[in-house]
Amino acid sequence: MSKLTHDLTDATFDEEVGAAEQPVLVDFWAEWCGPCKLIEPVLEEIAEENEGRLRISRLNVDDNLEVVRRYDVMSIPTLILFKDGEPQLRLVGAKGKAQLLQEINRHL
Amino acid sequence: MELNNMNDVVVIGSGPAGLTAALYTARANLSPLVLEGEPSSTSDQPGGQLMLTTEVENFPGFPDGVLGPVLMEQMRAQAERFGARLFGAKATRVKFQSGGPHTVWYRDPSTGDEAQVEARAVIVAMGARSLMLGLPREHELLGHGLSTCATCDGFFFRGQHIAVVGGGDSAVEEATFLTKFAETVTIVHRRGELRASKIMQDRALKNPKIRFAWDSVATELVGQSKVEGLKLRNVKDGSETVLPVTGVFVAIGHSPNTDVVRGELELDPDGYVVTSDGTTATSVDGVFAAGDIADRRYRQAVTAAGSGCAAAIDVERWLESHSAH
Repeated sequence: MSKLTHDLTDATFDEEVGAAEQPVLVDFWAEWCGPCKLIEPVLEEIAEENEGRLRISRLNVDDNLEVVRRYDVMSIPTLILFKDGEPQLRLVGAKGKAQLLQEINRHL
Repeated sequence: MELNNMNDVVVIGSGPAGLTAALYTARANLSPLVLEGEPSSTSDQPGGQLMLTTEVENFPGFPDGVLGPVLMEQMRAQAERFGARLFGAKATRVKFQSGGPHTVWYRDPSTGDEAQVEARAVIVAMGARSLMLGLPREHELLGHGLSTCATCDGFFFRGQHIAVVGGGDSAVEEATFLTKFAETVTIVHRRGELRASKIMQDRALKNPKIRFAWDSVATELVGQSKVEGLKLRNVKDGSETVLPVTGVFVAIGHSPNTDVVRGELELDPDGYVVTSDGTTATSVDGVFAAGDIADRRYRQAVTAAGSGCAAAIDVERWLESHSAH
């Protein structure tokens, strides 16, 4: 992952997502998830192209069960878009770039 | 990615069949263009069905097994090394004509717009995807207890009671895998015995966490915002019960991804591409088919790879004999 996609943890989640000035798209993922790997390069591209208006961070579900339970994530990849710490949009399952952008852009 | 308008060969699909076809045609200096598909979680995606599996124990050459996504990453790298042009776009429609050239439309991954390429020969290798149950509210509950990917989602059902619908190899394999996390796994099967291979059946029957709901079909997903149960109907006596499960995994079989070529290629009644005996040639001269899209019988990674190789050799010979054009 490039430097644009930042790793969150249970300990840093509230501070980083709640205090962010831009919307944050959180990618719930794990090493053993094939579809998660498929969207990695797509998210990288989106992060690069939207620098300044959207931050993309990821959260490893293996190590951060507290956040996983709080948002009731039961399937990965799940993407949740947060604005001022509040979830605005939830996308379950891997999707192509155009599809993702269409959904995300409505909330930016 | 810059695409040539005219290509010697376009490969549609990037599972074991598509990538092996790409490897062989690349090594034959045909510079294949591979339309890999778009990310999804439905097994119709780049890398194909193996992207949704964990340990693959029956691919020759890997005595200790290999992870499905890792195997696909390696096949992809191998095809790329010899000059295959891999493009993460999904084919949306085709126009084939006997002897070519053929036109393939795809959705541009960045813009979502449709664009097209031409090819002298085409290999269709879009594989197959998992069937869904067709129950009401399936779409809403996907990712909220209903899953098509045991390897992706099993983790979230630690200590819970869950169900797997289906009775074939993939159902039994998923159920066995899911016992790593779940407290119990109930296999819901419409018959009174499994269709799975002997070795898989033995594993399941011996597993103390696996239970069976025989002669049963799923009729309703219970629960508002997430799955709280699965309603079953016994096909023998018509009785209805609700299985108190928080997770439902579906493994009731596959359907070939032939929507894109419907009307252009001869398909059998179940939608599989028809090929002439012993070759990969389809009903259109210059269009070849490889892997699960044309295989209702074997459907293995290694047979898909084998037929991808066969399609590449068929294409190479076909192009040679049509080089006057």
